[in-house]
Amino acid sequence: MSDVLSVKNLKVTLEGQDILSNISFSVKKGEVLVIVGPNGAGKTTLLKALLGIIPSKGEVQWGTKKISYLPPQELLQRQFMPPLTVKEFFELKNAKTEDISKMLEAVGLKKSMLEKNFNHLSTGQFQRVIIAWALVNNPEVLLFDEPTSGIDIGGEETIYSLLHKFWKEKNISILLVTHELNVVWEHADNVLCLNKKKLCYGAPNKILTPKNLEKLYGTGIKFYKHGDRK
Amino acid sequence: MIQVILALIVAGLVGAAGGYIGSLMLTKRMSLVGGPLGHLAIPGVGLALIFGFDVSLGAGIFILFGTVLIWLLELKTKLPLEALTAIVFALSTAVFFLFIPEEYAVPALIGDISLLTIPTVIVSILLCLLILYITKKIFSKIMLAVISEDLAKAEGVNVRNYNLLYMTCIGLTIALGIRIVGGLMTAALVAIPAATSRNLSTNLKQYSYLSAILGFASSIGGVYASSITGLSAGPLIVITSALFFLLSLFFKKN
Repeated sequence: MSDVLSVKNLKVTLEGQDILSNISFSVKKGEVLVIVGPNGAGKTTLLKALLGIIPSKGEVQWGTKKISYLPPQELLQRQFMPPLTVKEFFELKNAKTEDISKMLEAVGLKKSMLEKNFNHLSTGQFQRVIIAWALVNNPEVLLFDEPTSGIDIGGEETIYSLLHKFWKEKNISILLVTHELNVVWEHADNVLCLNKKKLCYGAPNKILTPKNLEKLYGTGIKFYKHGDRK
Repeated sequence: MIQVILALIVAGLVGAAGGYIGSLMLTKRMSLVGGPLGHLAIPGVGLALIFGFDVSLGAGIFILFGTVLIWLLELKTKLPLEALTAIVFALSTAVFFLFIPEEYAVPALIGDISLLTIPTVIVSILLCLLILYITKKIFSKIMLAVISEDLAKAEGVNVRNYNLLYMTCIGLTIALGIRIVGGLMTAALVAIPAATSRNLSTNLKQYSYLSAILGFASSIGGVYASSITGLSAGPLIVITSALFFLLSLFFKKN
């Protein structure tokens, strides 16, 4: 399988401070890479550097231009917004009405949702809409930053089950930043442990050892291995 | 009669441009920026009246000078932009009241659209059309950046360049608007039509276009009322706009 992303010796320095250094890894087509690490480890910075949103040194090579990114949901502004329909929200990225309708159906929403006000969506509807938004132009790679922060357990399940569904159907590559180790066990092909630098990288069952987790989080972490994903 | 027609054309178009860019400003919660920019410009208007050059040119030069000064101060001090804006616009207003003779103060403060020349009208029309065109082009990108700047950047939007275009449009609108409503009331040109439109709209397209239409209608209404009553057009435009806002409260849709 070909690489959709290859990163070599990535370094990010912001305001004279090294945020990330010596980061190397690659992502293959259809691979799910989960990035874990404590707060302030540089996980979000890594995604932004990969996207070119912030300056970085080193080599970042994308094997595709069809990349989609979603920041944490809580950072998406939807209060005090002018009247914006769901359709207009999709049109901000030039999506066609036909594609929007198909995508809404794929995430379990009705076509009538198109005319609904973006500000008036329930939390569950909002989650589905933004996943549809991220996937509407058929990206080959999806970068997802803490998709479940600030969301209850039911909401988490919706997001991960939808992501899993599209991963299976469309064979997309996913780079996922999360704090949740159960997600790693359930969904990851590879895991990148990050704390300013790469602390471990590889298949979860090989590298998520109690020793590595202690090195990563600085304290003992209890974890339970799940079965293989289906 | 010709002067009234010219005033209706210029005021209507400036009102439309103010309403349209104002709909973006309300989205970015920047409606009040029109006020400080208007205050920044009044010494330039005063100088234009004294030395006989175009008031929008005088206003534009001072807005540009003030904006660059605020930008430089921000780079140097890292203080919040609103604090620096307050310092610069207060200084500008103080300079105006100290050095501009009283007979020029009133038109600078509340506007004067009674003596328009054909070149002024042509330049104003062209600039208004340019503002409307640029605002339409940048609208969706700025909206996306309001929802999330990172999201917009990841979609390939050069947020910095779009913001520069947006700020340029605001500066131009205020420089043109000062002739009509004066330095004291420029915020009304951008803030009130957008607020009214927001009360009445159910989607983004309606919201932005209705804001432009309301800006146009308020200015036309104010200039027409001025031609009948002989009162100043500037305050009448603002009052017309405010009346539309009050009416919108009875038909509020969201």
